[in-house]
Amino acid sequence: MTQPLNTFRSGPDERGHFGIYGGRYVAETLMPLLLELEKAYAAAKADPAFHAELQGYLTQYVGRPSPLYFAERLTRELGGAKIYLKREELNHTGAHKINNCMGQILLARRMGKTRIIAETGAGQHGVATATVAALFGLPCTIYMGEVDIERQAPNVFRMKLLGAEVKPATSGSRTLKDAMNEALRDWVTNVEDTFYIIGTVAGPHPYPALVRDFQCVIGDETRKQILEAEGRLPDILMACVGGGSNAMGMFHPFLDDPDVRMVGVEAAGHGLDVPNGHAASLTGGRPGVLHGNRTYLLQDQDGQILEGHSISAGLDYPGIGPEHSWLRDVGRVEYVSATDREALDAFQLCARTEGIIPALESSHAIAVAARMAPTLSKDTLLVLNLSGRGDKDIFTVAKHLGVTM
Amino acid sequence: MSVSSTASASGRIDRRFAALKAEGRAGLVTFVMAGDPDHDTALAILKGLPAAGADLIELGMPFTDPMADGPAIQAAGLRALGQGAGMVSTLDLVRGFRRGDAETPMVLMGYYNPIYSYGVDRFLADARAAGVDGLIIVDLPPEEDAELCLPALAAGVNFVRLTTPTTDDARLPAVLTNTSGFVYYVSITGITGAASASAATIQAAVDRLRRHTSLPVAVGFGINTPEQAASVARIGDAAVVGSAIVRQIERNLDADGRPGPGLVDAVLGFVRSLAAGVRNARK
Repeated sequence: MTQPLNTFRSGPDERGHFGIYGGRYVAETLMPLLLELEKAYAAAKADPAFHAELQGYLTQYVGRPSPLYFAERLTRELGGAKIYLKREELNHTGAHKINNCMGQILLARRMGKTRIIAETGAGQHGVATATVAALFGLPCTIYMGEVDIERQAPNVFRMKLLGAEVKPATSGSRTLKDAMNEALRDWVTNVEDTFYIIGTVAGPHPYPALVRDFQCVIGDETRKQILEAEGRLPDILMACVGGGSNAMGMFHPFLDDPDVRMVGVEAAGHGLDVPNGHAASLTGGRPGVLHGNRTYLLQDQDGQILEGHSISAGLDYPGIGPEHSWLRDVGRVEYVSATDREALDAFQLCARTEGIIPALESSHAIAVAARMAPTLSKDTLLVLNLSGRGDKDIFTVAKHLGVTM
Repeated sequence: MSVSSTASASGRIDRRFAALKAEGRAGLVTFVMAGDPDHDTALAILKGLPAAGADLIELGMPFTDPMADGPAIQAAGLRALGQGAGMVSTLDLVRGFRRGDAETPMVLMGYYNPIYSYGVDRFLADARAAGVDGLIIVDLPPEEDAELCLPALAAGVNFVRLTTPTTDDARLPAVLTNTSGFVYYVSITGITGAASASAATIQAAVDRLRRHTSLPVAVGFGINTPEQAASVARIGDAAVVGSAIVRQIERNLDADGRPGPGLVDAVLGFVRSLAAGVRNARK
């Protein structure tokens, strides 16, 4: 790939590649649709009216900008770096996912599509998709793994309340990857009228770039807000990484600021040394091709995809966005991991010190911040993306803490 | 190894379609999953297919995430994987089949990751040595030809492309470039084993394809009965049946998922009925 050497922000190339990652590994039936989507998105991106419409909904409906909040008690408790939280959990529907859904549904409307489908793991993307579908009166089908339906019952009920049909993915490991397979099978069957709102920075080109662009509002706002609060850029950005959309939205606007260090946190589940016991694609996987892109994957020796494990259904995906794979290989972003146990501790720490119940996904980033902050000087600025709220997780957490509700 | 040749080194596919043309009939292409329901039973089925009337065999390479396949073929893949199937045992099946049959073309069908994981060069060398004549890889459109299609052609292995109802006239030339052996027309927008297209729709689509290529056209997806196979055989150069055959395997498993005593005969009997449909179609 010919990317200018002085920027990390020019990808993907015209074929959807970030280095060797990305691409369009899909069935022929879908190729013409992806080409159409690419064209429609390029036109929308260049259209000020599209941006104005999106901005209007983000302000009036989603509630943006989300605050950048100085977490004073958490900072004091950890006794090191000054910690700011980017409050994406305060968005309508309680997570960053709606930033992307709003962008994609406006694009779907521009393209004249009349039916919406999506996959979901934890249910946050499903809820956000069902929400925007309700807002615009479009029928909506959400695919969700049978296992996830069981562990995320409140979100299933939310989606149904919002008028969406929730279809269980009953094959394979019955989690997020299988929900994505089912959504792709639906799309390949209903090519004429259906728009597939992918929830993360993965999948075939142009999805990784398109989802990233819609999530960059997180990093763009953070830059403005930290300059207002501190008069300088942050030293460290931190975010959890499953597919990687909240991290990419936070990191991408800072990629060309060489003094900003970035840390993505994967789910180490039971531990990286436990076979098939984690969901850390970058630290425990190797490159492969799945769901339309080449990226790091959890797979066995034969190239069969592993299920992975995390306490958090939103991080429990055997792949990761291709741009993250590239950023790892070129060394621009560091990728580390936190276990289920560490995430549970961080979940409680954040609730106790800040009065904020974080999503289990975001708790992985908090865990690493808690590990790292005490080793850093007090003038170090650490911004953590609090990607979602944890109300949906209280049943899971209670169970792990031995509490019967 | 010749790098300029785009014809299969074995030539089995070309020879088979030429023979069918001389006979004035369409061919029957049968799909089974490697290692389904277990290695030995799969080999017994493969060995019986030519005598039952299969003119060309597609052998599925099992994959955990077959995103273009319906429930029947998904389940077949998981059964095979559950029995320990993988690329090594798939190629072993091909070798086992070739020991008794030097002429029936054998095409491997599946998804790219197991091949990528095995290593493209190593895969092509081993597949060709085992007696594989062609590849159908669902998730490698022409946009990704550099991955496997071009190396396969250079290695003398046919790369059979899928064309679909969404492949319009503007795109068809790009899809047909680097296609060899035959063209596989996916007659519906959808997954394997789902709905069927009407004869009129298929006729129009095949006519359109023939304006763009002189390669034989095989039609698949949604062909479940001898009657449907016959109907397609009146239009295309071959009819492909997959899910309906795989369902015969599923139906003949015992409660523990082990092959029942009549499984191989039931599968081959069904293939015979499909072959009769195809062979009598133009009479």
